This record gives sequence, C-alpha cells and structure tokens, in this order.
Amino acid sequence: MKEKTQVADVDRAFYDFRFDEDESDFLGTGLTPEMIGEISAEKNDPEWMRKFRLHSLEVYRKLEMPQWGPDISGLDMDNIVTYIRPKKRMQSDWDSVPDDIKQTFEKLGIPQAERESLAGVGAQYDSELVYHNVRKEVAESGVVYTDLESAMHDERYAEMIRSHFMKLVPPTDHKFAALHGAVWSGGSFVYVPDGVRLEIPLQSYFRLNARSAGQFEHTLIIVGENAYLHFIEGCSAPKYYEAGLHAGCVELFVGRNSTLRYSTIENWSKNMYNLNTKRATVAENGRVEWVSGSFGSHVSYLYPMSILNGRGARAEFTGITFAGEGQDLDTGTKIVHNAPETSSYVNTRSISKSGGISTFRSSVVVNENAVGSKSAVSCESLMLDSISRSDTIPAMVIKTDKADVGHEARIGRISDEAVFYLMSRGLDENSAKALIVSGFADTVSKELPLEYAAEMNNLINIEMKGSIG
Amino acid sequence: MSELLKITDLRISADEKEILHGVSLAVNMGETHVIMGPNGAGKSTLGSAVMGSPEYTVTGGNITFLGEDITGETPDKRAKRGIFLSFQNPVEIPGITLASFLRSAYEQITGERIKLFEFRKKLKASMEVLDMDPAYADRELNVGFSGGEKKKAEILQLLVLRPKLAILDETDSGLDVDAVKTVSAGIKAYKETTDGSLLIITHNTKILDSLSVDRVHLIADGRIAAEGGAELIGDITENGFGKYIGQVAE
Repeated sequence: MKEKTQVADVDRAFYDFRFDEDESDFLGTGLTPEMIGEISAEKNDPEWMRKFRLHSLEVYRKLEMPQWGPDISGLDMDNIVTYIRPKKRMQSDWDSVPDDIKQTFEKLGIPQAERESLAGVGAQYDSELVYHNVRKEVAESGVVYTDLESAMHDERYAEMIRSHFMKLVPPTDHKFAALHGAVWSGGSFVYVPDGVRLEIPLQSYFRLNARSAGQFEHTLIIVGENAYLHFIEGCSAPKYYEAGLHAGCVELFVGRNSTLRYSTIENWSKNMYNLNTKRATVAENGRVEWVSGSFGSHVSYLYPMSILNGRGARAEFTGITFAGEGQDLDTGTKIVHNAPETSSYVNTRSISKSGGISTFRSSVVVNENAVGSKSAVSCESLMLDSISRSDTIPAMVIKTDKADVGHEARIGRISDEAVFYLMSRGLDENSAKALIVSGFADTVSKELPLEYAAEMNNLINIEMKGSIG
Repeated sequence: MSELLKITDLRISADEKEILHGVSLAVNMGETHVIMGPNGAGKSTLGSAVMGSPEYTVTGGNITFLGEDITGETPDKRAKRGIFLSFQNPVEIPGITLASFLRSAYEQITGERIKLFEFRKKLKASMEVLDMDPAYADRELNVGFSGGEKKKAEILQLLVLRPKLAILDETDSGLDVDAVKTVSAGIKAYKETTDGSLLIITHNTKILDSLSVDRVHLIADGRIAAEGGAELIGDITENGFGKYIGQVAE
C-alpha cells in the first residue's frame, strides 16, 4: 500500500510573522494615498487605474468591517499595510519552508521546481515554458490569455479592461472589495472571442510564479457569444504566504449562448484570512458552472455569485468545504434570477472535523421579471466528531409566484456503524473515515478534471491524517 | 486438531447492560459451527464481538485466534488475521464503488497490491458463482441494493477476501428461496476453495441444507443453553427452543 505521510496542522508560530524594527516607519500608519500612489508608479498604471485605486482607498476608509460572519478580529486592520507591502519578501531559501508544507508537496507529487515556486521561494519555474506553450496554442484560436497588468497597457485590450474592471464587483460592494480595488496586484485576463470553443482548459496554475500573484490577484474573464471556456484557478498545493490576508477578486462575463466553467481548488495555509469575491454575469442562454473546493485558511468568506441577466441563462454551483481544527469556513453561493426562464442548481458538501466550523450560506433572489425560473439548492454536511460544527443558512427572496424554487439541507455525523463495517474489511480507522469522506465528496470530485480529483482525494486523506490518532 | 477461534467465558455489555453472561465455545480449522437461538438471545452480539464491534464492551473473559489473544484488538487487525463478518444489515457507503472498495480491502488484508485487470477477473469469477449482474461491481457500495443484493454482496466479499473464519450473521434472513440457494452455493464455494471455518448465526435451517455441520450451539438469554452435533438442528426444527430455554431459566 502507498504510505501515507502524516501531516500535522501547520505550526502557527512560523506564520505569525511581524516586521521587525527596520519596518517600523510603516507600522501603525494604515494605508495612505501616497502608498497607493507608490503601487501605481511601480506598476506603471494608466491614469484611470491610478484614480481608480485612490477612489477605492476612499471607499475603503468609509466602509465598516463585516459583522455578520465568522470572527476576523484577528486581522490587524490598524496595520493593514503589513499585509499589503511586506518589505521583507520571503528569502529565496527552500530550507526555511516548514517541513509539513514540504511533505504536503511531496505527498501531492509536485516536482521540486514547482514546489519551490508554490512556496514562493523559487526564482525560476519550469512550468513557465509550459505556460508560454499553452499561450501560443491558445493564441492561434484568437483567445487572449495573459496577465492583467500587461494587458492594461496593450492598446488592443486596454479599453475592454477599463470598461469591465470591477464593474461586477464595485469597490463599494464591501470593505475588502474596496481594499482590493486599491491594492490589487497580479492576476489573469482572458478573452474568448465569439464562436471560439476552447477545448483545453486554461489553468492559472501555470502562472503562479508571477511575482506576488495570489494575494490580491484579479481575474477578469470575458467570453463572447457562442463560445466555450473552462478556466481552472489555483491548484491543490498549499499556497504559502508570510502575510495572512487574501482578498482576491474574480469577474466573469459570459456572453449569449456561451458556457464558462470555472473550477477552483483553494488550499490556503492555515494562518490565512481568505476574503475572496467572485461574481459572474450571464447573458441570454448562457451558462456559468462553478466548481469550488475550499480547503485550508483560518477564516474564509467565499460566496461566488451568479447574476442571470438574459432569458434562459443558467448557473450551476458545485462546492465542497473542509474545515479542520481552528478553521471557520463560511462558504456558499449567491444567485440572482434577473430574466425569465433562468435556472440555477446548487449542490454542496461540507465537512467539519476536530472542532472546525463549516457554514453553508446561500442566497437566491428571483426578481419580478424572472417568470418561469427554476432554482434548486441542495446542501449536505458531514461532521466527523461531536466537537465540530456545521450550519446551514439559506436565504430566499422570491418576487414572483411564477417560479419553482426548492431547497434541501441534510446535516449528519459520520456513523460508527459505517466505520466498523469498513474496518471489519481491513481498513484502519483513519482510512475508513477517509473513504467515507471521499465518498461523501464524490459528487464534487467527479466534476473536477481527473488529476485534480485525484489531488483532492489526496488532500482529504492528508486532512484526515492530520488530527485523528 | 488445530484450534482457530476460542471464546472463553465471554461477558459483553452494551450501554451498561450485560447481554452475554459468560459464553465459551471453540471452532477448529475447517469446521462449520451453527449458532441458533431465539430473537434477542445475543447471537448477533456474539458475532459482532468476535469482529470487534465498538458498540460492545467486553467485561469479562477473552477471545483468542490461532492462540493469540485478540480481545482488545481493533476490527481491522482482526480482519487482517483472517476474521470476516457478513453483516445482517450491511451499511450503505455512497460515492465508493463495490469494486474499488473491495480491491482496497483485498490489498489491506493480503498486504499486497493487485493489478486492476487481475482483480477484475477475480471479481467477475466470484460474481458468476453468485449469479450477480456484473454491473453491481461499479455501483456504489450497498447503496440502493435490495436486501437480497446486499446479502449477495457480502458473500461476494467473503469469496474475494478468503478469510480463515467467516461469521455469517443471519445471512439468510429476508431472502426468497432462490436467493437462499444462490447464497448457499456461494458459502459452499468458499468452503471448498479455502477450507476456512464457518460460524453461522441463523434461526432458519434452510441455508444449512447443503453444508455439513460439525457443531451446533444454542444460545438463549445470553448463555449457551445447549450444544451438540448436527442432530440438534433437526430436533430444534421439530420441537422449537422451548425445552432448552427452560433449562437455562432453572
């Protein structure tokens, strides 16, 4: 049998990184327009973006912290700058990466060069080549796949970006959207022209080496009419940052008769506050399919939102959340039915163990004009012990009686009988529980590309090994 | 003689209530034993306790297997020693196919890897013995199986895993005549190909027709009320448990 390495929870102390005295001139000052200006200068922002960042900063200052979700008082908002401008970058030193992170990479079968890159210490990254090759193949089909920062300066895309950037998720949306608007850095820009159906999935995985990509990254995807795209964000390797805040933003524009499938497996280190905002708008007969796996992080707020703006538009959301010790993961989805005959299907699984808290939050809004629309929301939770928690908070606002809306929730504990049954066939307790959890997660794994499904099962096994026994 | 399973003065409790009040019995290699008794007598408790069910607490006595004390061992270790329990109500495990589950169980128990193709061949042969639709291999473990299909799937596992001792807990209950026949054929095939031992818990004697029984233990009210050879089955079938239970009460 394949040996399974025990990977314990990450040693927090290592991540509780604070800047030492030579950074003290920044401490306690909060964000200033001057600092935002510096970011703009560094990135050579066009004028509109420079103004946009400053405007976002103003909004950020006015907005309150969210009070309705998991506790984020551990975020040091007075010194927010420490999350944004860590002067002390990770030293390019593989030796300083914690052993358990290294072991996880090993367990996931990630090559050394990529491990170093994922850990933020690699200078060169073999996949850079792969990425360029993908770009070439993709470019021949007329698809644009590049990083957002350089695309802003390309006259072919500049206007497209200006007219779409943070239009779906305006800085006024919430405090961390405003923060994102002010300090965003890195990310992807994808444009799929009318009539192009891209067979290979695009993976942001190839671009993880981009400097500082990942913490405040912005993903902007515009899919034209009669087109198809599958975009895969992230990978299951733990992303490792010295600073503990992730406030990314994803904006998806799906054109008429087009389908965009957006798959994510996020696995943040367990010191991370993951306050991510994702949103899609879907035109007539278009379709957005979210597949979302949330692992890791200390606290997550994550609710990808689909706005069905055209007749017959459709959204599917398949998600899985795994909350272990010390984790409070608040995830779910939002759907707005804003046109007739739109439909939405939500299917989620959440798992909590060792005191972890997993909350599923959904919001379905069916507007007056959305006659003949359908929505089905189904969520199942599995608690692996009696100290873990699982909650379901479904909200529905239905403004027409000509809609068919359904919701079902099931919350259960792992059954001793099932564990005994599997153990009586030779599986040890951990493997028995891991098998039950994998089976429970199967509905999500089978939506993932094969290699990601295998990685997700590995992740589940790692998480299961982490604390039991 | 070589002794496979030996249970000595076993006392078992669940939720602070004693169910077995000191049961002793021994099964030698290659033997077929039958445990009979009225409902609620503790028959299934005994079977589950030998497998190591966490539902029960051993409060006295011990269980040895091939001379080693296994009383405190976890079920997976017992399985690796060669003990198998066919469940009365097999549990449904969504998301895992029968074939992939059984393959990993096979690998755990034998400690060796088996190629998918080779395993499939083995599985198919056993499914044929049980007259099972091959499509069941790729269905989720026990999910949506009928009562009869679940029992067949248990016997399928028995045939693939080839334990030294198979405990069959009411494997015949709820089966129609044809299904009993098929399951019996499976048990016979296990017996013939492995020379393993059987401990059959039942209150229906149909399933025993095609087997040669070495010993019968009658359990009533958590105790062995009577023991004997195969002739005891006929007596019980004809006259019921009545006279034996009387003896216990006295």
